[in-house]
Amino acid sequence: MMKKTNRRLLLLTAIELAVCVAVISTYLSLVPPLLSDWLKELWSHQRDVYALVAIALIIVQAVGLELIISFLLSLLRQGRR
Amino acid sequence: MFFPISGVQIEPAYLVVCGFVIGVLGGFFGVGGSFLAAPALFAAGVPMNFVVGTDLAHIVGKSIVAARKHRALGNIDLRLAGIMVIGTIAGSEIGVQSIELLKKAADVTLVVGSVSIIVFTGISFFSAWESWLTFRMPEKKRGNPKTGLAPAKDTLAFDAWARSIQRIKIPPVISLPHSGIESISLWAVIFVAFVGGLFSGFLGGGAGYIRMPSMVYLLGIPTHIAVGTDLFEIIISAGYGTVRHAMNGNVDILIALVMQTGASVGAHIGANLTQYFKGPHIRFAFAPLPLLGAIVIAYGLIAGHHH
Repeated sequence: MMKKTNRRLLLLTAIELAVCVAVISTYLSLVPPLLSDWLKELWSHQRDVYALVAIALIIVQAVGLELIISFLLSLLRQGRR
Repeated sequence: MFFPISGVQIEPAYLVVCGFVIGVLGGFFGVGGSFLAAPALFAAGVPMNFVVGTDLAHIVGKSIVAARKHRALGNIDLRLAGIMVIGTIAGSEIGVQSIELLKKAADVTLVVGSVSIIVFTGISFFSAWESWLTFRMPEKKRGNPKTGLAPAKDTLAFDAWARSIQRIKIPPVISLPHSGIESISLWAVIFVAFVGGLFSGFLGGGAGYIRMPSMVYLLGIPTHIAVGTDLFEIIISAGYGTVRHAMNGNVDILIALVMQTGASVGAHIGANLTQYFKGPHIRFAFAPLPLLGAIVIAYGLIAGHHH
């Protein structure tokens, strides 16, 4: 009985991780290539602006990605119920 | 993937996995994880000046995710965090300035490396020893739900230190109800934050390895709240460091963004895990981490990696 519960928990965790991997892969294939040239330009010529953009990007990505992943996982959990 | 700012080619999966591992550790222990992230970036071929700045940027993102989770769990004392910010920023600036002075007078890598090894090893052995003593305390003191005794939220073998510090009533005296502290001198809180900031500026990273244990052993903050509040402080000290380093051109934000994608998932998992462990268990599990950092630095010094 215990083993069955553990297996189910493991499967659900694996599904959740797969969702996270899918979100991250899509994000990585779209966002960094899009920003790459612009950021390089700022880094080369406007360091102060680059510093502000850098800190803003990391904060926005941290909050944004967490919200997207939390939303998708809550949808997944609702669907399970 | 090619990163044009630092001019290196790195497999993104490597950065995501590194970020994930560091995220789990950071979410669970309330540390930035720079002692692991910096060697991982250096091993991937990132130049050392970019390693320091990029690591800080990645720490900011990861700590935001973990701190948001800890806040939802009630593990952040916002009043304590707000007061500590003052000491953290002041200490961080003095730490950075000390490095600049040291550059003119001595071998920075050797001095900073040696200080790091002593501090990391000391924290590691002390944490292991203290939590081991706590495990050996009689159940009556520790509390045990199985035997019907009231479960202790957190227990310390060295709570006498925190009690002595709380007895020093240098005005202004404040109370920290969320952390269960009736009265403590504001200066004691600022001093602990200042020391954390000093180490952050001097040795790099968020300095959670010294701030989190100091909050527990010196101020008497419960471990779970120390972990959550420390993450909040790391956002401030690492955020400040990121802007300073980015202005000097030492941050490859693209590498930090890729690393942070894995860290955001890891930090979420790590923060959730704290619910299932008691304070002494978290402190005991924390003990090997600074030692690992000390070993990595010692290896770098012995191998002659003077960056």
